[in-house]
Amino acid sequence: MKPKIAFFDFASCEGCQLALLNCEDELLDILARVELVEFREAISERAVRYDIAFIEGSIHREQDLERLRDIRSRAKVLVALGACACNGNVQARANFVAPAENYKAVYGEAERNRVQTDPDYWPIWSHTRVRAVGEVVKVDYQLRGCPMVPAEFLHLVKSLLTGREPFFPANAVCVECKKNGNECVFDRGQACFGPIAYGGCDAVCVGGGHLCDACRGLLPYANVEAHRQMLAARGIDPAKVQNRYRLHLSNEPGAGEARR
Amino acid sequence: MSDSKTYKIRLEHITRVEGHGSIRIDTKRGQVEEVRLEIIEANRFFENFVKGMFPHEVVQTVSRICGICCVGHQLAGLKAVEAALGLTVSDQTVRLRKLFNESQFLQSHTLHLFFLALPDFLGVPSILPLAQKEPELVKRALALKKLANDYTTVFGGRALHPMANTVNGWRRLPDLGQVEGIYQRLKGAVVEMERMLAIVKTLKVPDYERETEYVSLTHPDEYALYDGVVKSSDNGETVPVQDYRRVTNEFTVAHSTSKWSRWHRDSYMVGALARVNNNFAQLHPRAREAAAELGFSFPCCNPYHNNSAQMVELIHCLHNSLAGLEELLNRGLVEEEARYTPGAGRGCGAIEVPRGILFHEYGFGDDGRCLDANAIIPTSQNINNIEQDMKAFVPAMLPAMGQEELALHMEMLLRAYDPCISCSVHMLDVRFV
Repeated sequence: MKPKIAFFDFASCEGCQLALLNCEDELLDILARVELVEFREAISERAVRYDIAFIEGSIHREQDLERLRDIRSRAKVLVALGACACNGNVQARANFVAPAENYKAVYGEAERNRVQTDPDYWPIWSHTRVRAVGEVVKVDYQLRGCPMVPAEFLHLVKSLLTGREPFFPANAVCVECKKNGNECVFDRGQACFGPIAYGGCDAVCVGGGHLCDACRGLLPYANVEAHRQMLAARGIDPAKVQNRYRLHLSNEPGAGEARR
Repeated sequence: MSDSKTYKIRLEHITRVEGHGSIRIDTKRGQVEEVRLEIIEANRFFENFVKGMFPHEVVQTVSRICGICCVGHQLAGLKAVEAALGLTVSDQTVRLRKLFNESQFLQSHTLHLFFLALPDFLGVPSILPLAQKEPELVKRALALKKLANDYTTVFGGRALHPMANTVNGWRRLPDLGQVEGIYQRLKGAVVEMERMLAIVKTLKVPDYERETEYVSLTHPDEYALYDGVVKSSDNGETVPVQDYRRVTNEFTVAHSTSKWSRWHRDSYMVGALARVNNNFAQLHPRAREAAAELGFSFPCCNPYHNNSAQMVELIHCLHNSLAGLEELLNRGLVEEEARYTPGAGRGCGAIEVPRGILFHEYGFGDDGRCLDANAIIPTSQNINNIEQDMKAFVPAMLPAMGQEELALHMEMLLRAYDPCISCSVHMLDVRFV
């Protein structure tokens, strides 16, 4: 029997599912080997049990927590798909502010009070805190990055289909910059998060003329304090550095330091 | 007998749309009691959490509002922060941005038309059975989508959340050798696009019309996608972009975490159909011919024809891109420095993205950091209009249709708008009870 694969999205831009649709060359081959049972963004079919469930997005409300726990109970393998699922990504910045303040800033105070007390619809207005998928349920594998890297997705699926353990080396982005011969961002006189960030992205942003903001999350052995000191020694304003620690790393302990 | 029709239709977490929404229809003995489009997407609060960021960080972050329209969010954000800082970008930067934007139209319209909308017309639940029944069609559509993605990648560095464009210019200019490659492949796609048009011509579009206000950018010199002023089809009134709040008049309803909009009437529509209606004469000649071949006369008030309008725009963007790329190859590129100094200011930017007109506004303080932000997304402008369409069409369809057919037509209607719900909340499910 073909393995049943399902995709679910929570709060996200749904770009990681789109990144999968962008694997045009491999898509039909993969689809021939699996049974795609749920992929709301692209198909209408549904199922009950899953061999692999991919979860995109972060978890914000009670109803989202319940839905995620239900999916976990029906999935053999659960994969966090993309930065929002892995660590809360940019939207975890909302955790620095009380939910009521966030609603007020976007909808206004009177409207907030009205919708949050609506007898029928209050549950959809009950944002509490941006959580990574792993803060709610057990995650078996993480496909990091904003957006996720199609090559890693293909590696994971091929490995699981053939019964091998997928391997995602915990190397810094710097390793890939060196491999590709990129000019070091520090040598350009700019601050880079490559030394503390999970690689696997082929250092695509540095290669594209930009720098690394660690969208793939902190390495397990990242020395954040040494990184901060290195940037300070280069005369980079710590306040500006802290801004960047709160772009993609707000929810990471020791980095963005949002309330947990 | 229509007077026996008592339906409770609940379409939850509607599939093949971007984001989460539900449709709720209650009828009692042939009378429509309630029609509601519920938007249940979780809030992400972008407008609040970009506060404190510097302009280039804001642009990099708001790209993440939407995976499908990331190029559009970057460009609207760039235009707004550049207006706030009093920056005028170079002619070369504008030319490159226009091509960059068109690459996203090609990608997004191809995805929606051939992967998300087409299955309804062919009576299958998704593209998957089509991959077995019509493998050639699916492979050709995939090839077109890949071409569009490669086009975006050559300009932006990657197809999703590109990083090459920034405030006041480009971090890295496209490689002219790669531009030449895209140009040649797009030339080859002209014939392919005609074959796709031939397929879209065979689709039977539901025959429902409702007089609607159409809102889009308009520009005296070109089919407005990148620049212009806001135009209403109702009285031809135009409004400068900085007065966008006069157009959108946002309000909140409890059953939608996306805000709603209205201008001269109860609701208005943005997107491909609105643009084609408002600026038809400026389309590429082949695109105008295609519109006639697709069998709709202008103005067209059938929202299901938004799919046809997307086909028309695919042809327009393909031919327009070919002209633009040829010019770029002849002209060459000069290195320009994309530097700027953060400072205080306030500015608005608007751009047409595949789903309609997109507005961004930012204020920055003396320290250069973002003080406040506002983004008004095409889908949040359309949701009210979709519900108004449903309220008009359900009573018209009810006498002739069974519960399932009615539900399918409502799903098709929602999909025809090509909604981008996570974007708008920053929308749809059908449940039978």
